[in-house]
Amino acid sequence: MIRLEPRQEYSWLMAVAAPVVAAVVALALAAIPLLVAGAPLGKSYAAMFGGALGSQFALAETLTRTTPLILTGLAVAVAFRARLWNIGAEGQLYAGALAAVVLGSGAIDAPSWILVPTLLLAGATAGALLMAIPTALKLRFSVDEVVTSLLLNFVVLLFVSMMLEGPLKDPMSLGWPQSESIVDAGTLPALIARTRVHAGLIIALAMAVIMQVIMSRTVWGFEIRAVGSNPSAARFAGMSTTTVMLRVGLVSGALAGLAGVGEVAGLKGYLTHDLSPGFGYSGIVVAMLAGLHPLGVVASAFFVAAVFVGADSMSRAVGVPSYIANLTVAVALLAVLVGGVLTRYRIRLQKPGARIV
Amino acid sequence: MPELPAHNHAPFALSIAGVTKRFGPLVANDAISLDLRRGEILALLGENGAGKTTLMSVLFGHYLADEGAIFVADGEGSLAPLPPGSPKAALAAGIGMVHQHFTLADNLSVLDNITLGTESLWQFWKNDRTAMARLKELQRTSGLHVDLDARVGRLSVGERQRVEILKALYRGARILILDEPTAVLTPQESDALFATLKRLTATGLSVIFISHKLNEVLAVADRVAVLRGGRKVAEIDAKSANRALLAETMVGTAVQPSVRRAHEPGATIIELKDVRAPDPRGRQALESASFAIRAGEILGIAGVAGNGQSALAALVCGLVAPTEGSVSIQGETVSRFSPRDLMQSGIGRIPEDRHHDGVVGTMKLWENLALEDIRSSECQQAGLLRRGALKDRARAAIKTFDVRGGGPETEARLLSGGNMQKVILARVLDREPRVILANQPTRGLDVGAVSFVHQRLLDARAKGAAILLMSEDLDELLALSDRVGVMYRGTLSTIRPAGEMTVRRLGLLMAGQNADLGDAA
Amino acid sequence: MSELFDMLTAAAFWAAAIRIATPLIFGTLGELICERAGVLNLGIEGIFTAGAMSGWMTVYFGGDLWLGVLVAALVGAGFGLLHAILTVPLGLSQHVTGLGITLLATSASYFTYRIAFPNVSSPPRIEPFQPISIPGLSDIPFIGPALFQQTPLTYFAVLLVVMVAYVMARTPLGLAIRASGENPAAVDAQGLSVYGLRIGAVMAGSALMAIGGAFLTLSAFNAFFFEMIAGRGWICIALVVFASWMPGKALLGALLFGAFDALQVRLQQTVGGAIPYQIFLMLPYLLSILALVMMSRRAAYPNALMIPFIKGQRS
Repeated sequence: MIRLEPRQEYSWLMAVAAPVVAAVVALALAAIPLLVAGAPLGKSYAAMFGGALGSQFALAETLTRTTPLILTGLAVAVAFRARLWNIGAEGQLYAGALAAVVLGSGAIDAPSWILVPTLLLAGATAGALLMAIPTALKLRFSVDEVVTSLLLNFVVLLFVSMMLEGPLKDPMSLGWPQSESIVDAGTLPALIARTRVHAGLIIALAMAVIMQVIMSRTVWGFEIRAVGSNPSAARFAGMSTTTVMLRVGLVSGALAGLAGVGEVAGLKGYLTHDLSPGFGYSGIVVAMLAGLHPLGVVASAFFVAAVFVGADSMSRAVGVPSYIANLTVAVALLAVLVGGVLTRYRIRLQKPGARIV
Repeated sequence: MPELPAHNHAPFALSIAGVTKRFGPLVANDAISLDLRRGEILALLGENGAGKTTLMSVLFGHYLADEGAIFVADGEGSLAPLPPGSPKAALAAGIGMVHQHFTLADNLSVLDNITLGTESLWQFWKNDRTAMARLKELQRTSGLHVDLDARVGRLSVGERQRVEILKALYRGARILILDEPTAVLTPQESDALFATLKRLTATGLSVIFISHKLNEVLAVADRVAVLRGGRKVAEIDAKSANRALLAETMVGTAVQPSVRRAHEPGATIIELKDVRAPDPRGRQALESASFAIRAGEILGIAGVAGNGQSALAALVCGLVAPTEGSVSIQGETVSRFSPRDLMQSGIGRIPEDRHHDGVVGTMKLWENLALEDIRSSECQQAGLLRRGALKDRARAAIKTFDVRGGGPETEARLLSGGNMQKVILARVLDREPRVILANQPTRGLDVGAVSFVHQRLLDARAKGAAILLMSEDLDELLALSDRVGVMYRGTLSTIRPAGEMTVRRLGLLMAGQNADLGDAA
Repeated sequence: MSELFDMLTAAAFWAAAIRIATPLIFGTLGELICERAGVLNLGIEGIFTAGAMSGWMTVYFGGDLWLGVLVAALVGAGFGLLHAILTVPLGLSQHVTGLGITLLATSASYFTYRIAFPNVSSPPRIEPFQPISIPGLSDIPFIGPALFQQTPLTYFAVLLVVMVAYVMARTPLGLAIRASGENPAAVDAQGLSVYGLRIGAVMAGSALMAIGGAFLTLSAFNAFFFEMIAGRGWICIALVVFASWMPGKALLGALLFGAFDALQVRLQQTVGGAIPYQIFLMLPYLLSILALVMMSRRAAYPNALMIPFIKGQRS
């Protein structure tokens, strides 16, 4: 029918434009809290952009922040694609980090080429197993995984704190609860000299490419997309929604777990209970801004990281609380949701017409 | 066109004047004018897509008309314009609508469903006792009996329809619109509905009866307005009309029914013995079914919704396993019940609800066509999709099955119902399955698509497929099937040759009565 | 064992349990109203935070305590309105929008707090609500000190349970809200506005959540801390399922939860030496998950929960 063609082109354009517009809108709306705080707008924005992208150092900081966000963004994106609402990336990240310090701070004496993959694998496994709990409860008892994965975040954080004050406590750290450091052989190498950018970025980018290939080119991805957008048709067509969901849950948790390994083995060196400033929750924004497309996650993770890093320097320059970054990112999420509905809105306007045919 | 009858001089209850409704380039209603008199039953006849439902949605305020106006008689009988686009105004003007899909809340009681919205929201309590008394009185005069305290979810379809009509009458409707009211009823329940309507019109109620079934239109209506392609093409006194005339006016050309050629069926392909099974929700719904279908044979199953057909369909689809009895296909007993296992043993399945079970709306046509065999070597290699091959296959299928409105890269949700069904047919029939389950294969399709589906099923029959056909449309069932059976309370009746059956006898069996005793009816 | 018995029979223990339960009662009732109308509100955690912050700040800058409660309710209703506009007429995913509201409300609260108090080492304090003894009733042994020596917001919470239960079951408005969550098409066909009902319910529910937050800063404590909500909102969502969407059972669930939490705190003090305190702190979250597991299979969700209603379209 004639009515379809313009809409398809239109929505394709919008699909790319919507997140960009949303990001711009969110940055523009940041002016409101800036004005409330009485900060000079021009200077604030300049400090923000300069702090995020203005120098090699700034860019390196942004890339360092991008690394875990790509991974948690991928974790959320793959889960949401299957309509598995994994809101527990934060906890899975800590589980991954915990597994890495348990094995990496001296427990295993091995050369780097063995130890690093072992830590990555251990972290991924820990994240996967943690996400397996809400997934299994959903499949077995139809318990809403949103609430269970959220509540598990608190449990995991308490568990980490317990470990840090107990068996994992670094005896040299005096009163401060932190783990022993990862041994040199288990550390992810730095990518750029004199910056904090580490090999975790390569791993994150590789994961994005791998996830893109899986989602668009493989039977697994095909099944995930089918189960996600119409589970009953997928079941009718002979797919096992249980298997697909379980697989998605494990992959999602593993990706978030890797983010945790990267943070301890690539950046901090040891585990504290404030390792993540909410990378798991920001991952939701990253995934939604990317329209749940794995390669898009790279771009949106970079954007979100830039907002956070930029806001830090803006905070120092003009004295505005750095929570403005969280605020901007939250607005970006809501803006991209509205943008998404505007692309569909045209379709809806025509839907009554479609019904009577 | 025959003249309007002179005998009807009752005052007008409703006047639709030149209503036009466009959806983009599509003109759903083209300058339609229509009058309804007090105490009259006007049938609105037309195919799917002729514009009946759109017109009534405009009347009830769900849609805004692009042109034209609607006038409704007030209490004293003088016509006043109806504010457009407001269901609230329509209700206040005394228009009551019974939608094809009931608008009832299952978890609320009948009483709550009826009183919903009739009292001020800021009132401190519901006047249930007064409402109850008024409803009892209404039930006495109208004969619409149903337990007012029952939860709607427990009622039968016929009872729910009564609740809908009561709902309209309780609000003081003077004009009642019924959209395809018999689609879900047995012929006998339909007769009871017609009797109720006659009774109500005698007290001054006016009725608009939307239908595409010629027989019932002739049986119940005083006057028939025929819509075709969004236009009113005729207005006929029911007494001077006949089936052939109405059919031709409705479709525009003489209808060519699909022809089922007699042939000798082959060996038994699928056999069910004393099967008991739950429905997909886990409730024991299929009590006992035994049948065998031979190659080149169509077995038709009739029944009022909720009598175990969904469990039978789910069983054959592989969505549930039998708790007792056996299923065998070409002599081999099926031991594992899953969609994949049953597809592998040679069953092709056309689902009842194509949006819900048939297609994944946001996936492309080439993907939807590969949904069922995505793990076969034709579709993938080492887990990687063979996208080129799949798109080529889709292109061929789209051509063979005459799917219009998109190519392999089009998302399935953008197709019309008929074309969506063609995609499903392509997916199922391309593999030439030995057994075909066709569950409501033509529901909601226009005449062109219906005859396409019929022809494809008959072609498959000619090639030797064993077909299990389930349909609410009893005419379709009798026209296509070699033999028919009826589901009633989970049990499949004795199967008889279709030639020995009539719609009336099927209706009695569907209502649980012995058809042989009821031949006089 | 007898130690445990003594603990459970002490009036102070039950008074504490009711105190702990109060914010949960507000939150659970609020979420229940939203869900009864068919809208899941995952903004609850953020709305709690916003209510806690805004109510507290109103009082800190000279407002009356009750003005603080009112401001919190209005702020909550405001975030509710945003959530409702996005999810009801626009039909956006209730999951993702709700999380977005939580992120927005939380960060807006923290931001505002930090602007007002850029460099405070210890949180500024206010004079909170004081317990009120109900004359006569508070003198009853055991029951009196447990039930009738609470702060005003606690009495208000219990009163609200009765009111919400009555409105839902006995009034035309309650029927219309329930019907919106069961089958919006039925509401629309009867000439009522589904959007109006759903938006109104989400705003009212969100206002209650915010009052729950304000209870924490105006009654239970006397200051605002970061992270002070600590998942209470999510626990309320679990409690709604546990309560099968019934106000009375919501009260019961919140009280059970409060009792458990109070017990946990006391056990920490008695056997805390042997077991790390984190184990006790985990228990409320694990208990919520357990409650969900036990109830979910039987849960009779409102039929149209999370299903957007688009006029003229069949669901």
